[in-house]
Amino acid sequence: MATKILMPALSPTMEEGTLAKWLKKEGDTVSSGDILAEIETDKATMEFEAVDEGVLGKILVAEGTSGVKVNDPIAVMLEEGEDASAADEAEAPATADDAGDAQEAEKAPAKAKSSDEGDDVPRPDTSPDWPEGTPMKTQTVREALRDAMAEEMRRDDSVFLMGEEVAEYQGAYKISQGLLDEFGDKRVIDTPITEHGFAGLGVGAAFGGLRPIVEFMTFNFAMQAMDQIVNSAAKTLYMSGGQMGAPMVFRGPNGAAARVGAQHSQDYGAWYASVPGLKVVQPYSAADAKGLLKSAIRDPNPVIFLENEILYGRSFDVPDLEDFTIPFGKAKIWREGSDVTIVSWGIGMSHALEAADKLAEDGIEAEVIDLRTLRPIDYDTVLASVRKTNRVVTVEEGFPVASLGNHLSSVIMERAFDYLDAPVINVTGKDVPMPYAANLEKLALVTFEDVVEAVKKVTYR
Amino acid sequence: MAARKGSASSTKAGANVSADELKQYYHDMLLIRRFEEKAGQLYGMGLIGGFCHLYIGQEAVVVGLEAAAKEGDKRVTSYRDHGHMLACGMDPKGVMAELTGREDGYSKGKGGSMHMFSKEKHFYGGHGIVAAQVPIGAGLAFSDKYKGNDNVTFAYFGDGAANQGQVAETYNMAQLWDLPVVFVIENNQYAMGTSVQRATKSPDFYERGLSYGIAGEAVDGMDVLAVKEAGEKAVAHCRSGKGPYILEIKTYRYRGHSMSDPAKYRTREEVQKMRDERDAIEHVRQLLLTGKHATEDDLKAIDKEIKSIVNEAAEFSKESPEPSLDELYTDIYADAAPQNA
Ligand SMILES: Cc1ncc(C[n+]2csc(CCOP(=O)(O)OP(=O)(O)O)c2C)c(N)n1
Ligand SMILES: [Mg+2]
Repeated sequence: MATKILMPALSPTMEEGTLAKWLKKEGDTVSSGDILAEIETDKATMEFEAVDEGVLGKILVAEGTSGVKVNDPIAVMLEEGEDASAADEAEAPATADDAGDAQEAEKAPAKAKSSDEGDDVPRPDTSPDWPEGTPMKTQTVREALRDAMAEEMRRDDSVFLMGEEVAEYQGAYKISQGLLDEFGDKRVIDTPITEHGFAGLGVGAAFGGLRPIVEFMTFNFAMQAMDQIVNSAAKTLYMSGGQMGAPMVFRGPNGAAARVGAQHSQDYGAWYASVPGLKVVQPYSAADAKGLLKSAIRDPNPVIFLENEILYGRSFDVPDLEDFTIPFGKAKIWREGSDVTIVSWGIGMSHALEAADKLAEDGIEAEVIDLRTLRPIDYDTVLASVRKTNRVVTVEEGFPVASLGNHLSSVIMERAFDYLDAPVINVTGKDVPMPYAANLEKLALVTFEDVVEAVKKVTYR
Repeated sequence: MAARKGSASSTKAGANVSADELKQYYHDMLLIRRFEEKAGQLYGMGLIGGFCHLYIGQEAVVVGLEAAAKEGDKRVTSYRDHGHMLACGMDPKGVMAELTGREDGYSKGKGGSMHMFSKEKHFYGGHGIVAAQVPIGAGLAFSDKYKGNDNVTFAYFGDGAANQGQVAETYNMAQLWDLPVVFVIENNQYAMGTSVQRATKSPDFYERGLSYGIAGEAVDGMDVLAVKEAGEKAVAHCRSGKGPYILEIKTYRYRGHSMSDPAKYRTREEVQKMRDERDAIEHVRQLLLTGKHATEDDLKAIDKEIKSIVNEAAEFSKESPEPSLDELYTDIYADAAPQNA
């Protein structure tokens, strides 16, 4: 019986890929374990092995085709002795519709007005992040992060990168692609799997005058290193009366990817943001990822830089400038509106923006603020917006108890109580460990629908 | 790869292992291999998600050590756990249904490939954090010693995990308190893309307990009989109250680290050579045939039986329903404690 070979899923987040190359041609005999084709995922080029033996009857998707959906038939295998006509009976090939990366246009930050006088008048910094008219290029978050590290490593030779699989493997998520080639193994260093050890070693190197970038394969594993991050990196400057600190960056993907279960899916934004001595960045767009990572590497303090696996492959406009940085503590208004303020950061921004589009259809104009850094927090931009809209919804992926949204609510209550027309609602992940089952995982995660519902509540619609 | 402890001809196939036992090992190893191949297929079809780490190539390790275990003994391992579960007698249907995230999976679909458990079979997980299972294994042994029984715990971990700090801490405690735990280092030569040589200058993991006073030995993990023999020695040591023991089992993983590993860190020839020359299942097959303990037809019958077990498990795992949505909030606390949010 002829069997169809389907486009395989080769990574947890892969939904489609490029059929880069066929290594077998029609009529070839195939035994199990033979490489049939090379397939490009968003992360890497993978070899696709045959499971069963037989004869490659027909190729349904030509090499070079991109956007091939997982599970689409790509070829037909015949059993030994079977006639090629059996292949024709298999269904029509899936055509490859070119689905490029969803490109999200970046809007220039809006100008808020601060005309009131008084003790606690918010004064947001409304300067643009880069000059008007700057040429832009399209980049993925992944490329932007790599460029940020490469540029800073060229600029300052005390900067080095260390972590599991960062060098020869080119990064478990391919963020450090090409860095070993350019900077050599003195500055791009593969470590054993010893998070507590290499985080501590990084702290020592920072005490010693270097500028380490410590990559955690994911922040879930940084829990092993929590003591060095909090007790050593964050507190030493204070404990030494200002004599020495740890100017360094701890970075890596944070939060849920797809179906990787309870031990690999946690968002640590609120945890790190609670620690004095740390700075915490959680970018959404590629331009912010780049400008903020460059600032983080130059910062004289330990910086926690929380990336997101799902965002790595998304494309955005990035300023085409030789050198640009984005300062910490400056939020970005992605969308102006007068009915409600939605405050988010990191992956939460994609839900916030999607919700805002949906709400606009119903005539509700949301102002969407991306905090970008969780320590320091740009309270002024948030409070100025609250004065305008009188309603706030916060959106984050982390757990609800002791969330950053809880903290923002308390600040808003203290400093803008008289401007509120409704209680602040915190939209968060559910109060459960991340389940593996597809249906339960979907329920546990934040969705734009959750945001829409919360906005309807605070606007009494 | 270290030298075999006994070459194919000098194994004690006829001496202290019966033909039936040998056939059983063949059966058990083949079950793991075919199960894993099927899991790989289901992953490709999108029925299994997330991370999925296959055990293909390492089958002789768990099958050999399970042959040295008795009822009551415990085991704990990493995310590369499917083989361990099948070898200790867990139901392939329940394991596969967990891989597809369904209600009839061992964790009701809430754990997935890396996080599965069976109290009944004394299997304490499936752990996603590299080396976390090592002190947990010592703790399981602690509980048996505390209760005064003679059970032993097998704590499995990789060559990469062996470099984690908590392993050193655990060695010290285990020897200090004479805990009945066998530390099993499954040295498959790679931790993701990092070979042993690139991760340590002390690659003889079996010697790493010496400074704490823990004896250890290296074992050929492609020879199920050698594994069993070493396992028996280690278990006897633990059961007699002499404390922990280290087995460094030299093995090899044929597939990528997980399903999303492009595997550029080793050549295809290296993998092929291992498959051709050192395959553990082929080794037992040859012992059975040359020793005239089984005919080709006997082995074909075993192959067929396994194929049907695996197909049945796959069907079961597709048909089992997704967990009920109420399950989102169950099992977070052991009692009916109210949630905080
Ligand atoms: C603490 C921690 N760090 C990193 C990872 C990511 N990771 C998962 S498996 C692995 C390699 C482990 O190799 P090894 O211990 O040799 O076991 P093997 O996969 O070969 O069975 C890494 C780095 C993790 N899960 N936990
Ligand atoms: Mg290994």
